[in-house]
Amino acid sequence: MDIEVKLFAYFRIGRWISKRFSVADGVIVKDILKMLSINENEIGIVLINGTYVNIETPLKNGDILAIFPPAAGG
Amino acid sequence: MKGWTEKLLRVNLNNKTIKIEKLNMDNAKLYIGGRGLGEKYLYDEIDPKIDALSPENKLIFMTGPLTGTYATCAGRFNVSAKAPLTGTIGSSNSGGHFGPELKFAGYDGIIFEGKSDSPVYLHINDNIIEIKDASHLWGKDVMETTDILLEENEEDAKVACIGPAGENLVLFAAIMNDKDRAAGRSGLGAVMGSKNLKAVVVKGTNSIGVEIPAYFNKSIKEARDKIKNNPVTAGNGGGLSTYGTQLLVNILNESHALPTNNWQKSKFEDAEKISGEFLAENYLIRHKACFACSIGCGRVIKIPDGKYKGIVGGPEYEAGWSYGASCGVNDMNSIDIANYVCNMMGMDPITMGSTIACAMELYEKGYISEKDLDGKKLIFGDAEGIIEWTEKTAKREGFGDILALGSYRMAEKYGHSELSMTVKKQEMPAYDGRAIQGMGLSYATSNRGGCHVRGYLTSTEVLGIPIKTDPLSTEGKATLLKTFQDLTALIDSADVCLFTSFAIGLPEYASMLRGATGLELTNEEMMLVGERIWNLEKLFNLEAGLTKADDTLPPRLLTEPVSSGPSKGKVTELDVMLKEFYEVRGWDEEGIPNIEKLEELSIEPKSELAY
Repeated sequence: MDIEVKLFAYFRIGRWISKRFSVADGVIVKDILKMLSINENEIGIVLINGTYVNIETPLKNGDILAIFPPAAGG
Repeated sequence: MKGWTEKLLRVNLNNKTIKIEKLNMDNAKLYIGGRGLGEKYLYDEIDPKIDALSPENKLIFMTGPLTGTYATCAGRFNVSAKAPLTGTIGSSNSGGHFGPELKFAGYDGIIFEGKSDSPVYLHINDNIIEIKDASHLWGKDVMETTDILLEENEEDAKVACIGPAGENLVLFAAIMNDKDRAAGRSGLGAVMGSKNLKAVVVKGTNSIGVEIPAYFNKSIKEARDKIKNNPVTAGNGGGLSTYGTQLLVNILNESHALPTNNWQKSKFEDAEKISGEFLAENYLIRHKACFACSIGCGRVIKIPDGKYKGIVGGPEYEAGWSYGASCGVNDMNSIDIANYVCNMMGMDPITMGSTIACAMELYEKGYISEKDLDGKKLIFGDAEGIIEWTEKTAKREGFGDILALGSYRMAEKYGHSELSMTVKKQEMPAYDGRAIQGMGLSYATSNRGGCHVRGYLTSTEVLGIPIKTDPLSTEGKATLLKTFQDLTALIDSADVCLFTSFAIGLPEYASMLRGATGLELTNEEMMLVGERIWNLEKLFNLEAGLTKADDTLPPRLLTEPVSSGPSKGKVTELDVMLKEFYEVRGWDEEGIPNIEKLEELSIEPKSELAY
C-alpha cells in the first residue's frame, strides 16, 4: 500500500520534508519511525490524516502521516 | 514584604501632579501583581460604564513581585484600562526589559489618571520623576520615538510608548516597549493616546530584595532546570528557541484547524511558505530573549530589501497567521513587513490582519467595492495590500479610517457583522474553535474578548501538553478550561511568561513566590487567586453592561461546518459547553457569580447590578 510521510521541524534535518512510500499491509507508525531512525521518545505529535494517534496505530492505503517533535507556542 | 517595592506612582495628567503612594498590600496578597492587582485597582477606581477613551478611564502599568528578580522568565509587566475595542476590562502583558527597570527605579506600578492638554511623556530616574513635553515626538513612530527618548535621557533607560496608531485612536493600538515588545491587545495604546501620553521612560538603579534568599535560589534553579530539560522550552535547541511560535503553523494546518480566508476554510494550501520552519530557513538572524528568560522564543529577522530593509523583530504565530492564512497570503516577507509596520505604528497585528481578512471577504461577496477601497481591489492573497492597508490604518487614511475600527464595527457599517470573526468585538486568533472545541468555549468566555492566551486549551487538545484530550469532544472541556483560565490568571499576575507553563507547574510558581515574598500559598490557594481574578474581571464586564449574549461566537462557528479533515461537518457545540462552564464556575444560568462565590473569593462587588 502507498502512504505519504511528512516531517516537521528538526526531523527534516538530514532527511526531507515529504515523501511517498510503498509499505507492507499492517505497518504501524512505530515501524515507520524505525525505518526513518527517529527515536520514539523524540516524538511529540503524530497525525494520520489530521487526527492525533499513538505510535501503535496501523496505517491504511492513502494515509498521510505527519510527524512532529514536541512543540508549543501561543 | 520583599518582592514588591510597596510603592506606586499616581500621575494625574489633568493637573500634572505626581504622588508616590504605598501599594495596597492587602490587595497585593490577594491579587499578587500584574494582571490581577492592576485590574483590582481599575475595578475599585473607575466606573466600568465610562467611555474607554474619556479622561475618566485610568491606565495602569503593574509589575509583579517576581519582576526584576532573576526568577526564571519573570520579567513581565501588565497594562490595564477599560478597553476601547471591546468595552470590557482591558488587560495585556508584555516582556522585554521595561517592567524590571520600573522595579529597579523603586515602583511596582504607575496609575495614569485624566488627560494632558498637550502631548507629554513621563520620565522616571529612581526618585526623580517628571512629566515632560512630548510635542516633538507626536506623529513619530515607535522606533524613532524610542531612539529620540534614549538620546534625550539616559541612553540605557527603557521606553514604553505609542506610535501614530495610538495617537490616532486606532481602536486596537498597542503599547510598545523595547521597540518590538507589545502590550498588544485590547486597544490600550488608544487609551494612552487619548490621554496625550506618548511614552514612559524609566531608569532605575536599585536591586530587588527577596524574603528567603536561599529558598528563592533553590526554587529558581529547580524551575530553570525543568525549563532547560524540556524539548519545547530548552533555550538551546528547544522548539520555541529554534523555530519560534510560528512552528505552530504546520501543526494547526495538518490538523485542519488553521483558519483560512477569514475562517471560510480550515486548511491553507500554502502553509509551508509561512511556517516557522520556512522563517527559520530564510529570514531568521537569531533568536532573542526577554529579561531573565531562558527560553528565547523571540525572532530577529531580516527584511532583505525595499523601504523597510533592515534587521527587525519577527512575527509571532498569531500575527503571522492573521496576515498569512487568514488573508490567504503566502509571501513570508510581506507578512514580516506588515508585522513590522504594526510594531512601528504601535498596533495589534492579530486584529489588524484579521480586519483586512474580513474586508477581503466583504469585497469577495460584493458588500464593498473599489469605491469604498480608495479605488483598489482587495482580494485574498494580496501580499502588497496587507502592507499598504496596515500603513493607511495607522494614519487613518482613506479606507484605513474604517479599518481602524476593527472588523466588527467595519462589517457592521456595511450591514454584515456576521463576517467579523470576533468575540466581544475582538478578533479571535489562529485556532479554529470548530476543530478544537475547547478553544471555541475559551474564545466565547474570555473576559477580554476573542483571545487565545486566557485559556489555551490548544495545549491539551492539539499539542498534548500536559495530557492529550480529544479536540472534537466537548466532554470535560468546561472544567479543563476553568483550570487553564485560573492558572493563567495567576501566572499573569506573578508576571511570569506563560510559556513556562509548558515545563513547570503550580509547585514551581508557588516556590518562586514564597522565596521572593514569604507568602506561603498551597496549590489550592494559588488556584483561588486565579479564580478571584477571573471573577473580578467578570464583575467588571457585567457592570459595564455585558450579558450572557456576549459570551458567544461568530455565527460562522456555530452554523457553518468545517469543510475538511477530521472535524469535517463540525460546528462549535457552544450551548452545551457554556451551560456546563457556568455551573463549574459557580455562576447562575445567566453567567452571574452568586454572592456565596464572591464571598468565598473575598470579592466585594461595587454594584448590585450584577445580581
